Amino acid sequence: MTVLEVTGLRRSFAGLRAVDGVSFTVEPGEVVSIIGPNGSGKTTALNLVSGVLRPDSGQVTFQGRDVTGWRPERLAAAGLSRTFQNGRVFGNLTVAENVLIGLTPTLQAARPFSRWRNVPVLRWASLLAETAVALVDPPAVRRELADRQAKVATQLDRFGDRLTPRADLAAHTLSYANRRRTEIARALASGPALLVLDEPTAGMNPAETGEVLEQLLELKAAGQTILLVEHKIDLVMRLSDRVLVLDAGSVIAAGPPEQVRSDPRVIEAYLGKRRPAVRP
Amino acid sequence: MLDTALAGLVNGSSYALLALGLSLIFGVANVINFAHASVFAVGAMSGWWFSVDLDWPLWAVLLGVTAVTGLLGLVINVIAVTPLAKAPPIAALLSTFAVSVVVDNGAQLVFGPETRRFPALLATDNLGLGGLRFGTLDVTILVVAIGLMLVLGWFLRASRYGRAIRAVAQDRDAAAQMGIPLARVQNLAFVIASVLGGVAGVLGGMYLNNISPTVGSTVGMSAFAAATLGGLGSLPGAVAGGLLLGVVEAFGVSWWGGNARTLITFAVLLIVLWVRPSGLFGKRAPLAAEPMTGTFFGAARTVRLRPWQVAVAAVAAYVVPAVALDDYTVQIGVQVVVYAILALSLTLVSGQAGQISLGQAAPLAIGAYTSALLTTATGLDFWLSLPISGVVAAVLSVVLVSPSWRLRGHYVSIATLATGLLVAAAAVNFDWLTNGPSGVSAIPPPTLFGASVSAPLAVYFLDLTILLVVLLLVVRLRRSTLGRIWSAVREDEVAARSSGIAVADYKSLAFGIGGFVAGIGGALFAQQYGYIDPSVFGISVSLLALTIVVLGGLNSPLGAVVGAIVLVGLPEALRMLQETRMLTYGLLLLAVVLFRPQGLMGKVAR
Ligand SMILES: Nc1ncnc2c1ncn2[C@@H]1O[C@H](COP(=O)(O)OP(=O)(O)OP(=O)(O)O)[C@@H](O)[C@H]1O
Ligand SMILES: [Mg+2]
Repeated sequence: MTVLEVTGLRRSFAGLRAVDGVSFTVEPGEVVSIIGPNGSGKTTALNLVSGVLRPDSGQVTFQGRDVTGWRPERLAAAGLSRTFQNGRVFGNLTVAENVLIGLTPTLQAARPFSRWRNVPVLRWASLLAETAVALVDPPAVRRELADRQAKVATQLDRFGDRLTPRADLAAHTLSYANRRRTEIARALASGPALLVLDEPTAGMNPAETGEVLEQLLELKAAGQTILLVEHKIDLVMRLSDRVLVLDAGSVIAAGPPEQVRSDPRVIEAYLGKRRPAVRP
Repeated sequence: MLDTALAGLVNGSSYALLALGLSLIFGVANVINFAHASVFAVGAMSGWWFSVDLDWPLWAVLLGVTAVTGLLGLVINVIAVTPLAKAPPIAALLSTFAVSVVVDNGAQLVFGPETRRFPALLATDNLGLGGLRFGTLDVTILVVAIGLMLVLGWFLRASRYGRAIRAVAQDRDAAAQMGIPLARVQNLAFVIASVLGGVAGVLGGMYLNNISPTVGSTVGMSAFAAATLGGLGSLPGAVAGGLLLGVVEAFGVSWWGGNARTLITFAVLLIVLWVRPSGLFGKRAPLAAEPMTGTFFGAARTVRLRPWQVAVAAVAAYVVPAVALDDYTVQIGVQVVVYAILALSLTLVSGQAGQISLGQAAPLAIGAYTSALLTTATGLDFWLSLPISGVVAAVLSVVLVSPSWRLRGHYVSIATLATGLLVAAAAVNFDWLTNGPSGVSAIPPPTLFGASVSAPLAVYFLDLTILLVVLLLVVRLRRSTLGRIWSAVREDEVAARSSGIAVADYKSLAFGIGGFVAGIGGALFAQQYGYIDPSVFGISVSLLALTIVVLGGLNSPLGAVVGAIVLVGLPEALRMLQETRMLTYGLLLLAVVLFRPQGLMGKVAR
């Protein structure tokens, strides 16, 4: 089943059409990348897909369900995880706690009756039960926590010795690259059906970028479906099954990386009007 | 009809001038200047001094007030706003709030707390038009107010600095890149806003006919409501909101009487926040950039006591008062304990979940009234009334504040402030339920094993035991999965939501549990005094609770207790005057925010 299907997505900000009729699909196990000049609407497209923003029109289908206008927390629980362009970690939580937060949708003992969370008044039964469980801390909750902590350790190990030795440090003490890694670990923890990454290597040096590329290739080999926004063309070319090029909110080219790379419209969009985006 | 509308417009023009300043500052500095209300009061007081003591004519009074309040605005910006530009938004919110307390109570010490007659300087009833009677005063107020608005509009459009202000309001970073001197522009915005506020103080003082140092807080709150109604940051919105609110209040007062004014103001404010938080003219930012409290605790870890230390402290808390302290000191201890319970409710709401509440007196009042009314009117046993008080306070907290969960940061704080004031206003106005301003008296003391708990030591033991239970509850919640989820909500709402956390639910839950705890505190409060009335639950109680937790360490349960001892116990033991006490709270809050944001009981990591 198609993981993600987006049709005719539109969103404008005060008259500016940030995303203007974008359609694409992501199939299971695929890595689809969105590239485009600065301000072309890539992040906005991801925000629309992940529920952070609501589309003005258009439709988003996730694993066969129409999820247009769903709130981000509901989408996350349904298996769509994401990271953010500027990096959003929980600064005063430890690295391990950050990743543990990513496992929230998988908690059952600690969040009883969580399927009632979308029912208006009944949700309070679930919230109060969660409070009671938090106060009592029964064995089932402790077992669940131990299990999730083991999962966190596995996630941290994915990044070699970058995160594991720092598991108990507050995230705000980390280097920029390690914060990005923490964020990726948080997004991956719950085993999402679709991983959405917004410029995961922004602000990283070439060595660090190469490291992230290896990790993403490993993920891809393991069958993880990924929707990626990235400026670093080499990384995009090596990783992607298909590439989508946005300019001024519209898709100007789409297809396999090599084909897109030689498309004259893409070259114009990148070179003709603006310099290719080079990020620090 | 028409004269009510005219009265509303005249009064509303004061609101509009104040709201203009609030919106101007919000636009330029992205700060809600809680000290703006005090500028109004200072304008009124200094205007009184110039005109009555010094006998100046009106034009000179206005010039003098312009100088005084312009300077005050500059000082507010330099002391309380600029140094915190890089700190999270809550810092400037707390510091301007602190400045307002300092200025109000400082003015009270200088001018004395009494209400003074403000001479009208102009005739109030000498003109007529059709059937409508009015005075030179009304005309002057409207002309000066509208004139100032036009001058401001012209200034912002046509002058170099005016355009700079608009550029900064539109996009601070872009303006800085274009070489606009941000610091100077922000100073200028504060000066202009404060001059408008000061002139509003003189006009408002003449119109109201009498003034007191607390006049600012009443009018100031209306101005907040007006600015929010118009849309924070929108200048035409501020004018429209001010005039509209003035007219609505005037009709409300003519129908339901003067006490209804505050009730109307805060009801309007809350409804705007629920229905259309961006106001009539405001634009709503689709995506929040940064969390409200976030790294305010930056690098702060709370001090942790070992179990045996806690045990020793708890035993000492029981034993020392029993063997070593006299009844008066024990009574102070009782107050400390009740405030510690109230502060702990804020530790959950503000420290753990990151929602700064400026109205925690609301659940305290609701709990106190619930318990008082149940035990006096229905004769219910105190022990049954206790949980009921907590539940009623929790439910009302959630119902009143939760519509603002869609909002973030500043707006949540405004909503809590409005809730606190609304509850106090409701206690005054709903006399069929609350017995109005005269309050509820002869609240019976609780009984335990057949004995009445009324001796100071007995009350102290009872309250202390409940405090320890609450402390345990708060500590356990913080260490649980729920506590971690609340931390995530506090740190970054957008990231929390994208990790599957229904942020609104957890905010509601925090307010619900916080309300429950505060409600229990309220019930204890009512029983220990045996008498309550609406004035007991004013904004000063909310302020004290917030100061306690900020001083102790916003994120430290132990800090709430230590803060209560320092801020409630010490002044009581030193028998400080009310104004001196408030002034001290304000100065302390300001100092903590500026110099030790992690509080007494937070320590810096690494
Ligand atoms: N919340 C918002 N409010 C107003 N305008 C916005 C908002 N978010 C994005 N925009 C505008 O929409 C356009 C697209 O922005 P977007 O962030 O999606 O671009 P992008 O392709 O991700 O760029 P970059 O490569 O710089 O990250 C830009 O012009 C931006 O200024
Ligand atoms: Mg982007």
